[in-house]
Amino acid sequence: MAPVAPRSGDAIFASVERVNAELFTLTYGAIVRQLLTDLEEVEEVNKQLDQMGYNIGIRLIDEFLAKSNVSRCVDFKETAEVIAKVGFKMFLGVTASVTNWDADGMSCSLILEDNPLVDFVELPDTCQGLYYCNILSGVIRGALEMVSMKTEVTWVRDMLRGDDAFELQVKLLKQVSEEYPYKDDEYSEV
Amino acid sequence: MGREVSESCVDSLLTEIVSTYCNGFYANKPELAARRIEAIGYQVGHQLSERYTMERPRFSDHLEAIKFICKDFWSELFKKQIDNLKTNHRGTFVLQDNRFRWLARMSVDPSSENSSSPQDPSTMAENKAAQAVGMHLYFPCGIIRGALSNLGIPCAVSADISNLPACDRNNITKRNFDPCLVAPLTAHCELS
Repeated sequence: MAPVAPRSGDAIFASVERVNAELFTLTYGAIVRQLLTDLEEVEEVNKQLDQMGYNIGIRLIDEFLAKSNVSRCVDFKETAEVIAKVGFKMFLGVTASVTNWDADGMSCSLILEDNPLVDFVELPDTCQGLYYCNILSGVIRGALEMVSMKTEVTWVRDMLRGDDAFELQVKLLKQVSEEYPYKDDEYSEV
Repeated sequence: MGREVSESCVDSLLTEIVSTYCNGFYANKPELAARRIEAIGYQVGHQLSERYTMERPRFSDHLEAIKFICKDFWSELFKKQIDNLKTNHRGTFVLQDNRFRWLARMSVDPSSENSSSPQDPSTMAENKAAQAVGMHLYFPCGIIRGALSNLGIPCAVSADISNLPACDRNNITKRNFDPCLVAPLTAHCELS
C-alpha cells in the first residue's frame, strides 16, 4: 500500500516562515485596485489575476512538494483532498473542504469558508463581474499542470457576491501521462 | 499575534507585481512600471499605518513618526526593526535595514563582482541585474512613503541600490552550504 499522505497541513504551516496576514491581504487588495485602474475592463482584470495565479502556481508546486512530504496521489480524489487539507493550510493557513463530486470522479468543489484574501474587502457596485479571488483559481490550475493534470477551475460561489462561502469547481480535463525518454526493457543488467 | 500566512504568499505576490508591470504592461517603459509598483506599495503603506496607529496618541513631531516607522511599523512587517537611522537635520532621513527580507533571496551573479572595467560585458550584466533588483525596491519605497504620508508627512522616498545583495563568502561553511545573502536596504526619505 502506498504511504498515506498527510491529512493535515498544520505541522507544515507551523514550521514554515510566516508573515503578518494583513500585509498579504492589503498587498493583494492594492494589486487588484491598481489593475482595475490600469486595465479598466473587469473581464481583463479577471484574466490578469488568473494569469498571475498561474505563474505563482507553477512555482509554488515545487515548494509544496519539497515541504509537504506527500507522495504520489492515487487518484484525483486524493489530489483534491491534499490540496484542500495540506495545500491551502500550508500557504494560507486555512483549510478547505471537498464536496460535490460528479459520478465519474472528474470534478469536485473546494469550499472555503475562511479566506484571508478578503479580510477588509467590500466590492463597490462598479466591480460587478469581478472575481476578486481569481488568483486562487490560477494558482491551483498552474500547480496541477506541473504535476501532469490539465484542469479547469471556476468560481461557483463567492462571498463577496453575497454567497455563504467560496466555492471553486475543479474539473480534471486531461491527465497527461508522464513519458520517460527511455523504456525499461531497453536496458539490461550488467 | 494576529493571523498569519506563509511568507511565500507575500514573496509570490511581489514577484508577480514586478513581472506583470515590467515584462507585461510596460515592458519598454521602466519608469511607468516603476510608478505603478510604487503606487501599489503606497496604498499598502497608507492602510497599514492607519491600522497600526489606531490606538496611539498623535506624534508630536516628524522624528517621532519616523521612529515609529523604524521600530513598530517595521517590526510588524518584517519582525525586526530598521538597523540604522540617520538624518542630515535638513529634512532627509536615511533608513537602513541590513538584512532586508525581500531582497535576501535575490541573487546576482557573484562572478561579475570582480570586474571593474565599464566596457566589460559582465559589468553590463550587473547593470541589468541592478535594474531588475531596483524594480523590486519601488514597492518597499512606496510602503514607506504611504505610511509617512498617512501620518501627515509628505515626502519622497528613494532606495539605494549600490549595495546589491551579495554573497557573503565568510558565511559559507561546509555545514551551511547555502550562501548567506547580505541584503541591505537603504531608503532615503526627503520630507517635502
